[in-house]
Amino acid sequence: MKKSQPEIGLFIPCYVDQFFPQVAIATLELLEKLGCKVSYPLGQTCCGQPLANSGYERDTEGSSRHFLELFKQFDYIVAPSGSCVLHVKEHFPKLSDMEHEQSRVNDRIYELTEFLTDVLKVDSLKGSFPKKVGFHSSCHGLRGLRLASSSEMNVTPFNKAKQLLQNLEGLEWVELSRVDECCGFGGTFSVTEEALSVQMGRDRLQDHQSHQVEIVTGGDMSCLMHLQGIADREGSSLKFMHVAEILNQAIS
Amino acid sequence: MSHPKAASQFLKDQANSLWHDETLWMVREKRDAISKTIPEWEELRNLASQIKDKVLSNLDVYLENFEANAQKNGIKVHWAKDAEEHNQIVLGILQEKNCQAIVKSKSILTEECHLNPYLEKNGVEVVDTDLGERIVQFLQQPPSHIVMPAIHLKKRDISALFHEKLQTEKGNEDPSYLTNAARLHLREKFLGSKVAITGVNFGVAETGEFVVCTNEGNADMGVHLADVHIACMGIEKIIPRRKDLGVFLRLLARSATGQPITNYNSHFRSPAKGKEIHLVLVDNGRSLQLAREKFRNSLKCIRCGACMNTCPIYRRSGGYSYGSTVPGPIGSILSPGLDMKKYSTLPFASTLCGSCSDVCPVKINIHEQLYEWRQEITKHHGEFGKGLSMKLASGIFKSPLAYKISGSTMRKAIKLLPKGLIYNPLNVWGKNRDLPEAPKESFQEWYKKNRG
Repeated sequence: MKKSQPEIGLFIPCYVDQFFPQVAIATLELLEKLGCKVSYPLGQTCCGQPLANSGYERDTEGSSRHFLELFKQFDYIVAPSGSCVLHVKEHFPKLSDMEHEQSRVNDRIYELTEFLTDVLKVDSLKGSFPKKVGFHSSCHGLRGLRLASSSEMNVTPFNKAKQLLQNLEGLEWVELSRVDECCGFGGTFSVTEEALSVQMGRDRLQDHQSHQVEIVTGGDMSCLMHLQGIADREGSSLKFMHVAEILNQAIS
Repeated sequence: MSHPKAASQFLKDQANSLWHDETLWMVREKRDAISKTIPEWEELRNLASQIKDKVLSNLDVYLENFEANAQKNGIKVHWAKDAEEHNQIVLGILQEKNCQAIVKSKSILTEECHLNPYLEKNGVEVVDTDLGERIVQFLQQPPSHIVMPAIHLKKRDISALFHEKLQTEKGNEDPSYLTNAARLHLREKFLGSKVAITGVNFGVAETGEFVVCTNEGNADMGVHLADVHIACMGIEKIIPRRKDLGVFLRLLARSATGQPITNYNSHFRSPAKGKEIHLVLVDNGRSLQLAREKFRNSLKCIRCGACMNTCPIYRRSGGYSYGSTVPGPIGSILSPGLDMKKYSTLPFASTLCGSCSDVCPVKINIHEQLYEWRQEITKHHGEFGKGLSMKLASGIFKSPLAYKISGSTMRKAIKLLPKGLIYNPLNVWGKNRDLPEAPKESFQEWYKKNRG
């Protein structure tokens, strides 16, 4: 039927590679179950976001060049992180000798849920996940990639992750009081403004807890790592799963 | 004081910081609700942003038109290149009129120029007539918010303050009672002032008139009772035509407090018989900001304060944590333009969540400018520690091998070492947060085994 199947390059953020391999595995397996041809180019490093957000974008030429070299030949690049995708698209320094590669990569890179809804055109997925799920909207995915409508704007509401999750059998989507407030991770903000960062995280957790959420999910493990770090320290029973993990588990 | 330090102090009083967060969140919710009753809200934001684009691109021409038209109307126009000149011009007018006591309605510009202490030093009594401003003036504090200057105070604080200053009943916290006491107190001051100072919300180039928006009517009361009106206006407050005002007035109060419109939107065009209007046009760094391509958009600001109400940092750290006249996200992109060194921590007091940009009625890309200020600040003012560790990290990310080694070393280190002994950034991480459990292998290792 198809002339040739598109080649998908899996972009796994460094901290997911090192700390959350199960999220990367779930992303890979999920895409494979949906019939995609996926490969993971070896030799990936950090995309440079922590440096750039700390004010050192100019020092990320090397890592940006390396990234473009690794991914330039793929038809699509997919990552289980809105934040890192946004960084590639918006905060790679302009490389005059790689303009072509840069614009090609920018046109073809997707966060996982938007790849499923916008490219694979998945309306809903069949599967079961009988849990009360609270969704943490990562700010970079939300307001950077517009993976959902932000609560500030007067637009028709949408949420790409919700579209994928809400029809899973038994899954109860919990509406929070503050649907898209920041968790306070913010990369190096989490250590340079430690007190604020932790307070923001506690407040987010409180919102989930007061709505009897069982599992907090989201599209960025960085936010979830921060929230889980606080929840674990405080002995909370909340569990944390990346959207990819829920989808992969539910449809198996 | 750096922002992180000030913020952690504010957070020490947990109950108070929670109350502060919730109070401002309530204002944001009111803003959300009312903005959603306007179907063309997003279009209005676009229009406002485009009108301001036009103004900023032709500011010189508009300013000259504005000046000429204002003069035709009988307004005396003064130009001040900086705060000092502004203050001297105002004092000069007061001395000429032999005036030793003035009333002033809310003006962030005069705060920016530190007019009050300057006038007081020169023997002029200044009374701020906006209720919130009068409260913080009694306390000798600056405003903690540009629209709600005393938002950091509770009813009981005001009650105690008014008991001391206005001899109200001890312990009476009834807002109507307290407001009435302030009203009586201010009435005396209004009646006794020959000169009234106001800010300016909009200057209309085509007509030479200017518009002042207040909820309390205090600007009008002051101006109409005085012989001389001095209006202080930043040069970016221009709009081209009177009809553009409709766009901005629909956005301003809805964004600021969730009201449909400010109670008083007063147009001042020419002085009444026997009276005078002076207009002081102030640059004070605005031309410089206009010349900074990445930051010029910040001059679109109409001072609604919505970015403060929505900012998860501002709500939890309070206005004073910024140490600048304009606090919050917009302050964090304006202040470094005035003094980059002094305000170097402000652009970092953000998670770059972007809520400020989405809430802004004139669509200033605030969070993107915060990012850009970071790039500038590190060039001029690199803190040694951060600079060094970031350079190290850059070396690691460029080389896959170095990254792999450091990654697996880090995972092993985390397994072996007790919490809080890892290395500095992680050490701070671990004060109130656990680290993720280190997996036995990285994804890359798994992939090679299972798909290689």
